Amino acid sequence: MSRSPSGDRVALWRNPAFRAYVLQGVLLAALAALIGFIVTNTMANLEARGISTGFGFLDERAGFSIPQTLIEYSGDSTYGRTFIVGLLNTLLVSALGIVVATIIGFAVGIARLSPNWLLARLAGAYVEIFRNIPLLVQILFWYFAVLQALPSPRQSLSLLEIVFINVRGLVIPDPQPLSGFAATPWALLVGIIAAITLGIYAKRRQVRTGKALPIYWLGAGLIIGTPLLVFLLTGAPLEWSIPELTGFNFSGGVRVLPELVALWLALSIYTASFIAEIVRSGIQSVPAGQVEAANALSLPGGITLRKVVIPQAMRVIVPQLTSQYLNLIKNSSLATAIGYPDLVAVFSGTTLNQTGQAIEIVAMTMAVYLVISLLVSALMNVYNARTLLKER
Amino acid sequence: MAGESMRDVMIEARRPPNAHRGVLKWLQRNLFNGPINSVVSVVTIGVLLWVLWPFVQWALIQADWLGDSRQACSGEGACWVFISARFESIIYGFYPEAARWRVDIVFALMAGLLAWLAIPRIPGKRWAAVIAVVGFPIAAYFLLLGGHFGLMHVSTRNWGGLMLTLTVATIGIVGSLPIGIILALGRRSNMPLVRAVSVVFIEFWRGVPLITVLFMASVMLPLFVPTEVEFDKLLRALVGIMLFWSAYMAEVIRGGLQAIPSGQDEAGKALGLGYWHRMGLIVLPQALKLVIPGIVNTFIALFKDTSLVLIIGLFDLLAIIRAGLTDSDWLGFATEGYVFAALVFWVFCFSMSRYSQYIEKRLQTGHTN
Repeated sequence: MSRSPSGDRVALWRNPAFRAYVLQGVLLAALAALIGFIVTNTMANLEARGISTGFGFLDERAGFSIPQTLIEYSGDSTYGRTFIVGLLNTLLVSALGIVVATIIGFAVGIARLSPNWLLARLAGAYVEIFRNIPLLVQILFWYFAVLQALPSPRQSLSLLEIVFINVRGLVIPDPQPLSGFAATPWALLVGIIAAITLGIYAKRRQVRTGKALPIYWLGAGLIIGTPLLVFLLTGAPLEWSIPELTGFNFSGGVRVLPELVALWLALSIYTASFIAEIVRSGIQSVPAGQVEAANALSLPGGITLRKVVIPQAMRVIVPQLTSQYLNLIKNSSLATAIGYPDLVAVFSGTTLNQTGQAIEIVAMTMAVYLVISLLVSALMNVYNARTLLKER
Repeated sequence: MAGESMRDVMIEARRPPNAHRGVLKWLQRNLFNGPINSVVSVVTIGVLLWVLWPFVQWALIQADWLGDSRQACSGEGACWVFISARFESIIYGFYPEAARWRVDIVFALMAGLLAWLAIPRIPGKRWAAVIAVVGFPIAAYFLLLGGHFGLMHVSTRNWGGLMLTLTVATIGIVGSLPIGIILALGRRSNMPLVRAVSVVFIEFWRGVPLITVLFMASVMLPLFVPTEVEFDKLLRALVGIMLFWSAYMAEVIRGGLQAIPSGQDEAGKALGLGYWHRMGLIVLPQALKLVIPGIVNTFIALFKDTSLVLIIGLFDLLAIIRAGLTDSDWLGFATEGYVFAALVFWVFCFSMSRYSQYIEKRLQTGHTN
């Protein structure tokens, strides 16, 4: 029996520890009841509809075709295979979107801080317009209003007669590696390893002697130069298959689905408007005193930017940037609205309709996004711990 | 006298010299100060003209505004007749014409309440809040759904257009805020089970895309309840949207809770206040005020994402416009349709974001340097 500070006896239901136990007990019971309710109902409903549970359906023949497959796939493949194909398509459009959104976002974010009034306003207008229009409207706009209004293949718009765009999508040159090309990727790997080693050495040398190496130029030279040299020494074993109009369609080159182009454009433009705001707030979060102090030390402008402003701005930018990347990956699921064969469209759409295994399929789809989110969050926590302001 | 050499009127401030004012000087200072900036300005103006002028010409100058059929479209610019001809269905969806006055009343009530709540000069905010949270939903429920007081019953299957978009957004906003507050408090609770349940709930919904949530709501929710319970499609979507956004709301509010110094809570304890009193009277009012921008940003995101209900077959504003595009009398007006949808959504979202900036400035009662 507990007592109040004045020594009076306190009723049991006024004791915080006791109340905490009771509350948690009630919560547990309520959760158990809810789960039990859902499970029994689901079992009964599934039985009534004659649906068997389990993941056996993954080995069955899918029997439908998918317009874009990064791995080998045909109608005879299994439902398990459709899952992989959809997942890879999701990852493809996400990766493409992340690259372009980052480029546009940084450009617009920096432009918003430009001393040029017009450029800053234009960047501001970009942000206000695109982040206030639903992504789905933008996707539908690019797909139905822009890409569907493009000319037929015979009247394709072309860029330097190499890249063509028409109502059926984008046709780009296709690199065809010949024998001996395999050495180039290896050279790239060697170049990257050499650049990292050089970086570590340069840092140690700077700590020891105070002299800095031009590490950016040397590193870039190693990473680009090594594979280029090997490529040329092996006799440039790469041919480009340039698209060419023959009759009503193109031969050669690779055709990129119009759905992919529309989704890619919309995702990049939409996410870039958020990234631009993040970049702007990140740069503005660096106190002016930091730059002034660097000036007082007479550091040159480039070094002030690289060693003073960017590292501090990045501490603000990177966590928010990552959550935008995650949003982009999740938003790529809107692909289903225009029929780009991503995970949701192929698996939660067609496969679900054909098999009726709602629970398994929705759970698998959600699990994919959850795993990606949790992985990225975990990486982010590591980054945060490393870049945390070190105080005392 | 010494006083006579002193002036007793202030001298009018002199205008700056001519060389430092005027349009030209402004242009020089902001656009053409130095060679790089001049080049940037010229390029920007060029790009603006190149993009904007054709758009203005298409959307305004060469556009067709009047008429009620396809014959009114000249084909030179945008044909807004496409929108005006279906304006009624864009607003009301398939709501029976005879009962549309009920939707109008709900719109008017909503606009009035919003103005009452949003304009600081109008007094009686407490009453407005009570009416908005209790009275308005009840009134809107009976008016929109009908079936009582001699009003015709209108099934939610007939709801659509802007009316459905606003319904989904309002219910989503009103529902997700309280759930979010509970979850945020739960995540900061000392009770391990409460904390664990909140964390799992929040991280789960934040980790999955809204589309999969809507898929789940539309294909799995019916499996979760006994067969005889009929689950309205709109209701299923609303449950999904509310659960999904309450997780985001919870994280925003948690940010606010974390920013309140623990001394505030401890002072409440010293006064002998219980948990709900401390939270309701001391911590939450300060925390919520801090995160108003975040809350409004979540509202904006929620509003934009109401358009996703078209994927599970509800006819919101966007879906109605999209359905109109497949009408064989009106093929080929995709640009007009989507530009109009974008404009409507943009007006709502942009006003919300401007209002949040305004309120943020107004609530800035602390001292900042």
